[in-house]
Amino acid sequence: MTISADHTAPKTTQAEPVPEQSGDTYLAGAAAEAVRKFGITAEDYMLPARHQIQMVDQDGNLKHHSEQGAEPGHEYPLPGDDELLAAYEQLVVGRRVNDQNSALVRQGRMAVYPSSHGQEACQVASALCLAEGDWMFPTYRDAVAVMARGVDPIEVMTIFRGDWHGGYDPLKHKVGIQCTPLTTQLLHAVGVAHAAKLRGEDTVVLAMCGDGATSEGDFHEALNFAAVFHLPVIFFVQNNQYAISVPLAHQSVAPSLAHKAVGYGMAGERVDGNDVVALLAVLDRAVKLAREGSGPLLVEAHTYRMQAHTNADDATRYRQDSEVAQWLARDPLSRMRTYLFGRGLLDDDGEARIAEKAEAVATQLRNGLGEDVPVDPQDLFKYVFSTPTPQLKEQSALLADELARDAAGTSTPTEAPE
Amino acid sequence: MSPTITTSSEANGNISSATARAAASAGATAEAARPQPVTMAKALNAAMADAMRADESVLVFGEDVGMLGGVFRITDGLMKSFGEQRCFDTPLAESGIVGMAVGMAINGMRPVIEMQFDAFAYPAFEQIVSHVAKMHNRTKGRVKLPLVIRVPYAGGIGGVEHHCDSSESYYAHTAGLKVYTPATVADAYTMLREAIDSDDPVMFMEPKKLYWAKDLVDLERLHEDYEAKADRGTSTEGRAAVARSGTDATLIAYGPSVPTALAAAAAAAEEGRSLEVIDIRTIVPFDDETVSASVRKTGRAVVIAEAHGFASVSSEIVARVQERCFHYLAAPIRRVTGFDVPYPAPKLEHYYLPGVDRILDAVDDLQWED
Repeated sequence: MTISADHTAPKTTQAEPVPEQSGDTYLAGAAAEAVRKFGITAEDYMLPARHQIQMVDQDGNLKHHSEQGAEPGHEYPLPGDDELLAAYEQLVVGRRVNDQNSALVRQGRMAVYPSSHGQEACQVASALCLAEGDWMFPTYRDAVAVMARGVDPIEVMTIFRGDWHGGYDPLKHKVGIQCTPLTTQLLHAVGVAHAAKLRGEDTVVLAMCGDGATSEGDFHEALNFAAVFHLPVIFFVQNNQYAISVPLAHQSVAPSLAHKAVGYGMAGERVDGNDVVALLAVLDRAVKLAREGSGPLLVEAHTYRMQAHTNADDATRYRQDSEVAQWLARDPLSRMRTYLFGRGLLDDDGEARIAEKAEAVATQLRNGLGEDVPVDPQDLFKYVFSTPTPQLKEQSALLADELARDAAGTSTPTEAPE
Repeated sequence: MSPTITTSSEANGNISSATARAAASAGATAEAARPQPVTMAKALNAAMADAMRADESVLVFGEDVGMLGGVFRITDGLMKSFGEQRCFDTPLAESGIVGMAVGMAINGMRPVIEMQFDAFAYPAFEQIVSHVAKMHNRTKGRVKLPLVIRVPYAGGIGGVEHHCDSSESYYAHTAGLKVYTPATVADAYTMLREAIDSDDPVMFMEPKKLYWAKDLVDLERLHEDYEAKADRGTSTEGRAAVARSGTDATLIAYGPSVPTALAAAAAAAEEGRSLEVIDIRTIVPFDDETVSASVRKTGRAVVIAEAHGFASVSSEIVARVQERCFHYLAAPIRRVTGFDVPYPAPKLEHYYLPGVDRILDAVDDLQWED
């Protein structure tokens, strides 16, 4: 995916032959082609572009091809109009979902919500780039991506409503559970891809994590396993600049997170994470390459967490308002709206229709999360194993007995007396 | 994390049972199979080979399990027999091995993975506790993880540091994990087959000091019996075995401590005391019924385990027996366990390990004079 323009290898001459032991896994498919076409080394191919790939700037102007940071090998075709419109619709819905959920938390109708406000372009693109048979492995902040993949919003929010640790069926939607322990899900993505590859299926797996998570050991193990087994996994890092309060500079001093790809023998790319056009272009190509057998790829998207980590966090303790204001100007929705209006792909009527769809989802969330859904205490014991053990049956009976006495009004309250 | 223990010469001489069995099924079926001395290592190897033959989704991977056949040779010949897609070496990263196995199990496979040594499994602890144990519950049973994590564990082999931990209590304490540990060659075969067939994740704890212990076993017969079993998959789960019948007191043991308990019972018999020995077999799920029935019969019990006694499986067993058998007990239940010290260096380990004398002393202490 990558070629560095300032690299020492002259572009007009053939690259040195790659050593024998590098072999076909090192230089499969697209890499081999790039090496032939541009006369570069395999290492050059793996390096990200010198600058983030950006196709629509923050004012909504399409950048000329030569301005997109596009060195040879980093030239991405503009996604089709239909895909851009679909993306815009999802952006608007995603923003509405984020803000509605945050409001529900403030009203005390939901325990917690880690908002992806400001990161909606990453959320939307990570869902739209995948085919139906592909898999996604999201984090706790990726609820909008999971909804954009087609999972029912209420099922997605169950985990935050607090009646169970997960609400949707991962197998039905081919979406892993929203994962809290950082980067542990990247290895599950690797395993899903490995199983698919062994069966000869052309499944691609998108594995998501944030910038802070790249410090975790499982990030390293997942990238290395995917590379060694040459698996179709796209590691998609949403670099939103903060891990709760700790800025990226305290996580890594690598030239960029995308550069980490080279150490594993895979290609990396970096992209403006608030430019949904560039995100779609880069991720679409990554999916295509992975499906064709390129092995894993690493994509880093530069974006910003506009709100605090969760409602329990106070972002004013660790970052300046001026920094937030800078990123507000780079908002992923407004630039896309300007661009689509400018292209004549969107008008007031179209915008109204999209707003209506977004409002319908918000209403669904308000109604669904406002309901007091009854929980069944016996569910505690049902799912620990395929069949409850005798010990779990005993404990289940104990609780049933307690509840029966509660219902009969013969129990002693557990609460301490006033 | 390369192993620093040399495996025994028997290990190096262990032929590929998969290959041998393939040859046997190819031609010599008419030859009447007879029980013969078989090691636990060979039985475990045969169990994996038979499971791989029975089900294409069974995969074996880990560190050095492919070409080498594992540092204990438990996976010997599997790569050769089933190909590099079904038995393969991974990069040296335990969390990666377990995490990848979780993904494979999500996507239709039945991985059987090896943690090279007990203490080498700790880097994978997060994957095991946070995902392997919880996936079924978190998804309300929609995602099953039919995954076996094989752990060569416990001491008695003169191993260096980090190679002899009794780590079973960590796993038994975690809701959502099944914990199996065989003590006999025949159980090793059947229990590993059942672990692989289980739809729940199983921590399969292999007592490494018993790898080269031999029993008279007919592996072909065990295989046929297993395939024909009506209760296939569950004949040992949650079912303790009465390893030796007796009337005066019950010795409760599992894994590496079962042979020690049997030796103690044999010695006690010479002194005229009849001890029953219970082999727990699966720590989770636990067979309260068999254990309680024995203690109610004898009225006295000693729990034996190599692991540290504090906050351990052995303390759990004492608590459970006391709760269920209090009025039948003639004496407090005693424990003979490892001391609460880090596993000792080879020249000191015999002081640490529960031995026959320490067990007999505990039995003597069960208030016989009352």
